[in-house]
Amino acid sequence: MKTVSAAIPRTPAAESAPVGKTWLEIVHSWVITVDHKKLGLMYILYGLLFFVVAGLEATLMRLQLAFPNNTFLSPQVFNQLFTLHGTTMVFLVGMPILFGFANYLVPLMIGARDLAFPRLNAFGFWLSAFGGFLLYFSLIGGMGMTGAGSAPDVGWFAYSPLTAKAFSRGHSTDYWILGILVGGFGSIATAANLVTTILCMRCRGMTLGRMPLLVWLNLVMCGMVLMVISPLTAAQIMLLLDRFLGAHFFDTQAGGSAVLWQHFFWIFGHPEVYVLILPGFAFASEIIPVFSRKAIFGYPVMVGATVAIAFVSFGVWAHHMFTVGMTAVGNTFFAISTMLVGVPTGIKIFNWIGTMWGGKIRLATPMLFCIAFLFQFLIAGLTGIMLAVVPFDWQLSDSYFVVAHFHFVLVGALLFTIFAAIYYWFPKATGRRLSETLGKWHFWVFLIGFHMTFDTMHLPGLLGMPRRIYTYEAGRGWDLWNLICTVGVAFQGVGVLIFVFNLLRSLFKGAPAGPDPWDAWTLEWATTSPPPEYNFAEPPVVRSRRPLWDLKHPTDPDWKYE
Amino acid sequence: MSNPASLTADAPDATPGDAWTPPSKGKVGMACLILAESAIFIIFVVAYLFYLGRDTSGPKPGEVLELPILNSICLLSSSVTITLAVRALERGLPRAFLGCWAATIALGGWFLAGTALEWRTLIVKHGLTLQTNLFGTTFYSLVGLHACHVIVGLAMLGIVAALAVAGTVRRAHAPRLEVLAWYWHFVDVVWIVVFTVVYVIGR
Repeated sequence: MKTVSAAIPRTPAAESAPVGKTWLEIVHSWVITVDHKKLGLMYILYGLLFFVVAGLEATLMRLQLAFPNNTFLSPQVFNQLFTLHGTTMVFLVGMPILFGFANYLVPLMIGARDLAFPRLNAFGFWLSAFGGFLLYFSLIGGMGMTGAGSAPDVGWFAYSPLTAKAFSRGHSTDYWILGILVGGFGSIATAANLVTTILCMRCRGMTLGRMPLLVWLNLVMCGMVLMVISPLTAAQIMLLLDRFLGAHFFDTQAGGSAVLWQHFFWIFGHPEVYVLILPGFAFASEIIPVFSRKAIFGYPVMVGATVAIAFVSFGVWAHHMFTVGMTAVGNTFFAISTMLVGVPTGIKIFNWIGTMWGGKIRLATPMLFCIAFLFQFLIAGLTGIMLAVVPFDWQLSDSYFVVAHFHFVLVGALLFTIFAAIYYWFPKATGRRLSETLGKWHFWVFLIGFHMTFDTMHLPGLLGMPRRIYTYEAGRGWDLWNLICTVGVAFQGVGVLIFVFNLLRSLFKGAPAGPDPWDAWTLEWATTSPPPEYNFAEPPVVRSRRPLWDLKHPTDPDWKYE
Repeated sequence: MSNPASLTADAPDATPGDAWTPPSKGKVGMACLILAESAIFIIFVVAYLFYLGRDTSGPKPGEVLELPILNSICLLSSSVTITLAVRALERGLPRAFLGCWAATIALGGWFLAGTALEWRTLIVKHGLTLQTNLFGTTFYSLVGLHACHVIVGLAMLGIVAALAVAGTVRRAHAPRLEVLAWYWHFVDVVWIVVFTVVYVIGR
């Protein structure tokens, strides 16, 4: 349908590039911007920057663990590294990148010109950014660098009473609390903004039942953020009161409870995992249909399953605490609720496969990452069900099996969909395509590295290797597996280098993308690449879930069947 | 049909009916804030109930807490006055609006002053501080968190009052003030919960 694709308005990519501006003016325009696209890109770049930092931290830890009795890192530095790695990946990589995509895509997909509260959006971004830099300031501020080093070393879930003033001297834990607290306020602001945008700013005809699944999943994700981040905020305020004003919330000497912190943390911590993975599902739900040349299979069921996951996720937190010693009733309840998550998640996997079934699959880079995501997420889910079995968890809690499980979720599922999303939407944001050749190199090298590291990591866990140890003795049967894990990191590192090179090269030399390089169906492809500041010259009107399909196939539009 | 206008033109049966009136941004945004704030308060309430009666040393809640009846009546009636104020503005009665708005601020201020006096008695007479015991820790943090929200609310009410005195608050602003009223109602509802937990169940 060549004549139809010409109908989509085109402007040369260079038009929106700043011409004749000094560097200072360009930087200034980004700092003061309230445009959802610029803020979205800043979120993503900020997340990618910290992704490289946290990846290097992981590399250092793997180097230390490559051989038994290694002395590459001291125990103190190792503690700081796993704390920073976990905190950074969750709060400074996962959340910003996902909010960045939501920021960029949601208004475009619902035919709006910006978020509901653009200035609040900028405020939320800068709060999050400030929180991240505050956390990393602990490396150089206070006693850092010259003194004992004041990076936080209490683990990403900061169990009490380790965080009490008596056991955590100096200000390292305070930096951890304040950095995450401030970033949390930013997340709440942005989530409220996105919910409002999705409910109030949809273009004519964009009923809830016609919203792209990405928008639906982000709506659910943001609704969860409002209820998920707050418990952490509350618990961190309590911890601050303990540390600065002498309160006794988590002070076991005065009757305070260390277990209460665990409850509060995991009431945040477990739904947070779903907050992170739902946008991953969202990317897969947009990319798989386009590259299978079929509409998504079971749209209403996908929405229902998402809401069900969000609902159930609030009742599973204590499966992180089976070894604390809860009652049999408590253990049973949380084991069952945890297994229950497998039902809606399984529905989703079957629906993605149903979408691909009989489709005309194009194996472009975004689709490759999505297919790998399907397999890896399935394995992650299966080990998750295994860990929900209480006696099994008693055996393997706090072992490398758990580490392997959640890295399968966060790397094998989430990071792979993020890569897919970057390959898929890069042309929209920059007007240029990423190199497919380099993309495939990136995919295969990273895939090999991922499986070398994280498939293997299950084994030392099963053999009893605890997480968070800085070294181990030879001859326990862990040596070979740890070495293979570390070698896999090298492959992942090379994969990421290819990716970064691809981003930079394609930004300047990539093939022009045009408005709709993938022949897709959602509204963001109806405007130019990159979109103008106002997104759409005229607010669009939609009549089905795939407005661009209707536009391209006027004789056979979707709205006849929906 | 294959022209770009088909995404924007009013095609037949393009929308369900002619009315496309999405909900108010202010109200949805405020509802989101209230949802997040509720979760924060729930955690503090849970902590209060969890530590209730676990103290190893006094003073205990029953020995030192008095029922703040008058305070509570003041705060709850301020919800009525703010509603009356917004309605007065909707009907274009600026004087009635300003009167009810000022009454809201006065009632909120009274509540805050009452809390301050209560805390003074507790600290000076009974020697109860945040550091004394678990009751002190949870009491001051829960009631204090609520009082912080009252202070923020009073600041916002005060800004509107200043603008109203300057004559810039018009009838068209009523929907925005209603959003602010939602926040104030939320602060009141939280007080009902705090009152029940701290002064009824906990005493």
